[in-house]
Amino acid sequence: MQQELKQSYVKTFAKDDLELSTKDLSVLYGGKVQKLFDASLQFKKNTITALIGASGSGKSTFLRSLNRMNDRVATVNGEIWFHGLDVNKPNINVYELRKNIGMVFQRPNPFPKSIRENIVYALKADGQTNKNELDKIVEESLRAAALWDEVKDKLDKSALALSGGQQQRLCIARALAVKPEVLLLDEPASALDPVSTSKLEDTLKQLRSKYTMIMVTHNMQQASRISDYTAFFHLGHVIEYNSTADIFTNPKGKITEEYIQGSFG
Amino acid sequence: MHEIFLDELKKLNTQFMEMGVFVNDQIDQATRAFVDHDKKTAQSMVDNEEKIPTESIDIQKKALKLMALQQPVATDFRVVISILKATTDLERIGENAMSIALETIRVKGNPRIPEVEEIISNMTHNVRHMLIQILTAYVQDDEKMAREVASRDGVIDHDYVRARKLIVDGIEDDPSRAVASSSYFVVTRLLERIGDHIVNLASWVVYKTTGELEELTNPSETKTI
Repeated sequence: MQQELKQSYVKTFAKDDLELSTKDLSVLYGGKVQKLFDASLQFKKNTITALIGASGSGKSTFLRSLNRMNDRVATVNGEIWFHGLDVNKPNINVYELRKNIGMVFQRPNPFPKSIRENIVYALKADGQTNKNELDKIVEESLRAAALWDEVKDKLDKSALALSGGQQQRLCIARALAVKPEVLLLDEPASALDPVSTSKLEDTLKQLRSKYTMIMVTHNMQQASRISDYTAFFHLGHVIEYNSTADIFTNPKGKITEEYIQGSFG
Repeated sequence: MHEIFLDELKKLNTQFMEMGVFVNDQIDQATRAFVDHDKKTAQSMVDNEEKIPTESIDIQKKALKLMALQQPVATDFRVVISILKATTDLERIGENAMSIALETIRVKGNPRIPEVEEIISNMTHNVRHMLIQILTAYVQDDEKMAREVASRDGVIDHDYVRARKLIVDGIEDDPSRAVASSSYFVVTRLLERIGDHIVNLASWVVYKTTGELEELTNPSETKTI
């Protein structure tokens, strides 16, 4: 087992290229069940990183720790560096943090409101009332999420009337409205059909020029299609982290190879 | 899922190896027929010239089907790609053997240059040995053996240069040999090309084993693509 958990390679980047990084990040549930062990990963600006691994490998736990979604759920020890700050410190304003590090979940979860209200909800809650400004943000966000052309004539219709794929892109648009720098995506296409998945992937590829994205996925083809870097998690440990091309053509770790080939266990 | 893939891959590997062994026999038959002026054997080879291309297409179709349906990654991916690419080189070697057979049928006149025929026999022995070894290296994932085989292409090249000089000298000594000697040029050139394709095969063994794409020439000239 020790051999299996041996780290085979973890890529690092020049400091100036970094958007986000973790150092020795560990997560314990209920104070005693450890689900993540000393994960140290660096994420490069304007790239898509895929986090892969079997269920229970710690990848979603890791992802959710990055914008403090595990607060009050688990104990997260270690450092998360963003803009020169360790954002895992207790004195950090997590609401401000989540403006900068947005999240899109596995199942589309639009608010039961209009398409427009979904986009501007957080901004209004934050005190923004200028209609022209809000309209501009609605259009910009929907365009960035490649949804504008499909919904521009029905912005005041219920978001729940959209298809699953459209709802997921709306959730991305909603996350973009508060102008984050990082988007965390937890299996964003797992509930979508192949056509919607393809549109979502195209959207993510277009967003790469402006945002840094970290995505949990169980779909190996998706990871290889759209990510620049891939991290493989196993039993709570980061085993291998490298360019996606290297991971999928010439992985260094035997267990990484077995996992991506589907001959795991 | 992976078991299905491995089962299909095993069949593909077997077919690839069988094609390799068949191509190796073709080199032997073709050069023997040439040296012995055995037009009958050469003609029988030419009559079956479709066998190797047909086999090659069949292997490539199966490899492409595996790629499309099983979407292999990592070592699995490299094995399938190596078969796809190496099959093309095997097919080219088969074509070269077939060209030697055609030259045997085409050759006119009977004057011989025994020293050149000895070199042709040597080159044939060497390329056949190299081909068998590279197929062994392929099966055993033996990168070291692949590199060693590739390095021996220098011997083939050396024999080729030596043969050309002997052919030219032979024609100068007795110009009536000129027509027949042109076939010596063709055959030695074809054997030299077979050596080059074996080097390509060695590159695919290295890629399959290590994931590194390299153009192998000889040890001092090896460069990364």
